Amino acid sequence: MSRLSILGGRLIDPANRIDARLDLHIDRGRIWGLGPAPFAFNPDRRIDAAGLVVCPGLVDLSARLREPGAEHKATIASETAAAASGGITTLCCPPDTHPVIDTPAVVELIRRKAKRSGRCMVLPLGALTRSLAGTELAEMAALKAAGCPAVGTANLAIASTLVQRRALEYATTYGLVVFLRPDDPQLRDGGCVHEGPVSNRLGLPGIPEAAETVAVARDIALCEQTGARVHFRGLSTAKAVRMIERARQDRLRITADVAAHQLFLTEGDVDGFDSRCHVDPPLRTTADREGLRAGVAKGTIGAICSDHQPHEPDAKDAPFPATAPGISGLETLLPLTLRLVDERLLTLNAAIARLTCGPADVLGLPLGRLGVGASADVCIFDPETPWILEPHAMRSCGHNTPFAGWEMRGRVRYTLFEGRVVHET
Amino acid sequence: MSGQPDIQLDTQGRLRHFLTIDGLGRGLLTEILDKAESFAGVTEQTVKKVPLLRGKVIANLFFESSTRTRTTFELAAKRLSADVLNIHISTSATTKGETLLDTLRNLEAMHVDMFVVRHAESGAAHFIARHAAPHVSVINAGDGRHSHPTQGMLDMFTIRRKKGRIEGLKVAIVGDLRHSRVARSQILALNILGAAEVRVIAPRTLLPADVRSLGVHPFHALEEGIRDVDVVIMLRLQKERMSGAFLPSEHEYFQLFGLTESRLQAAKPDVIVMHPGPINRGVEMDSQVADGPRSVILAQVTYGIAVRMAIMSMAMSAGEGGREP
Repeated sequence: MSRLSILGGRLIDPANRIDARLDLHIDRGRIWGLGPAPFAFNPDRRIDAAGLVVCPGLVDLSARLREPGAEHKATIASETAAAASGGITTLCCPPDTHPVIDTPAVVELIRRKAKRSGRCMVLPLGALTRSLAGTELAEMAALKAAGCPAVGTANLAIASTLVQRRALEYATTYGLVVFLRPDDPQLRDGGCVHEGPVSNRLGLPGIPEAAETVAVARDIALCEQTGARVHFRGLSTAKAVRMIERARQDRLRITADVAAHQLFLTEGDVDGFDSRCHVDPPLRTTADREGLRAGVAKGTIGAICSDHQPHEPDAKDAPFPATAPGISGLETLLPLTLRLVDERLLTLNAAIARLTCGPADVLGLPLGRLGVGASADVCIFDPETPWILEPHAMRSCGHNTPFAGWEMRGRVRYTLFEGRVVHET
Repeated sequence: MSGQPDIQLDTQGRLRHFLTIDGLGRGLLTEILDKAESFAGVTEQTVKKVPLLRGKVIANLFFESSTRTRTTFELAAKRLSADVLNIHISTSATTKGETLLDTLRNLEAMHVDMFVVRHAESGAAHFIARHAAPHVSVINAGDGRHSHPTQGMLDMFTIRRKKGRIEGLKVAIVGDLRHSRVARSQILALNILGAAEVRVIAPRTLLPADVRSLGVHPFHALEEGIRDVDVVIMLRLQKERMSGAFLPSEHEYFQLFGLTESRLQAAKPDVIVMHPGPINRGVEMDSQVADGPRSVILAQVTYGIAVRMAIMSMAMSAGEGGREP
């Protein structure tokens, strides 16, 4: 099937400032045109999108696929299928696989498997240091040549400030964006939840706010020193948002994202030792959640991501500190973001921007937009009909979600990847 | 507080597990103390046994070593005529969930009726209670930094016996509150039972963040903190607090926070001094205080048996009848 028309939908393409009832036509995997098609277009398939929103396929800056190395949790095939069902057509896979993404061979392996699955574009993020150990640089030029659009630290921050400086300088030589999860490993000191009243009452080792803000301060200073292009991944504190806002006002090339769950949950949700809410960075205070939301509304935080971390049930079935952190988030990324529209934090256009052109701009890639000639990656969703999130109905191998039973809106009806329908319900 | 139902209580609000003092009412805590009062008599008789838990099997499941707590639990169980299994699981072995669940399943297969659990991870007792078979009760004998509720209750029992009441008393807790599950349980119990004021005294490195959220008043000087208090509770100082940069030295700690007879003058004349044990003499307090007339440290140990008997018998009788044979 080479020609396809999506008819009668509300087409929203924030990058091109389009929000109108427009038809979308696709030819051989690319956007052919918007609006009425000439009589001669004659599509092989017509999708009736009346009452639905048609937008660019979502771009997710952080999703663990668990392959290679943890296939008992999930695989590239299973998770790219889950991504497609969540409207995601491009995702970045952090380098903390086993083996770590620090050689072109691992990049190649992941890309090949993703291509075979064919449901979404997988962009492997290279490691900033060899084995993510924070001591020697990874072969970043080779990683870039192999297809990594960016390099990063996953959740293993570099303890040495000197190594961090050199790594930023080296990455910048090759025009690589550097993804940093700001965290001071010494201040973290084995903590597993936010240090505050809840950690206090439950006797759980806390991670202070300063573990994030100290790292952000250090890395802003190093960004200024080196001219690196830094992207702060997965913020959790309101103070970090303000620091980044100021740095951006100072014209530093800094961007930031937040995991969708951070915009809804707080430390209080950990109460009762709920291991589904064990995440890294930890859920923090209501004030932090509001600060993160304000950052998303202002655009200081330009991308919302799933921070998808699927787990097998055993990984969450232990005393809280011994459980694995993370939420299976691919399938809740869009509905949670749309909730911010219902709660009047964002317009529908801005919400879609945070999931499409926002993250694409972080990567500096021409994704997340519906311009003529672009790859036909499209998400078509029903913005109205509510549904209940049932973990057992999730496509991901990981059913670990604290949002079980939440009423969601924004069910993805069709996902198109490179012009092919890879998901429909 | 969590919106979930309290897994410690059965449908009639009776004690099914004893995991934490958090969320329990004054009535229930008073019931525990009253029941312990009735058992305190038993332990003073020549035949120190009652047949309340005859035929029941209680497993002391200790993932962390402890002599005193395990021994008093064992004595309490034996005085209730239960059969006791002592299982010590080395902490050097893996503490992964699978192992813990597997251990639990194996013991359940041996028809154990109650687990007394000590574990290094906060929340371990909750985890076991959540996964235990419906007829099994779980008693927390200390989990991480979270809770040590039987110790908290035996301390309340000691205060009530020595002072006649808890309501209206001023209590100071001195030492490493940051790492102390004992202190967390004491603070909760004191506030629920109507203490007039709970003070905590330590340098800031040994106090948890947002310590006021626990319902206490922090002090950083010993004499100021114990002024006019009815009860002083000293906490044990672990040696690793020096290597972890929490404190410069034992010497400076004793200089500033060590309890001596002369410092104790600041408290009420009839003050009692408590310590969950084991004591570091010359670090938390000097021997004159530890062995002096105001020390009730050994009484705490004795009362521990009656209090644990009360808690075990209450947990085993809740839900009785609704249980599988």
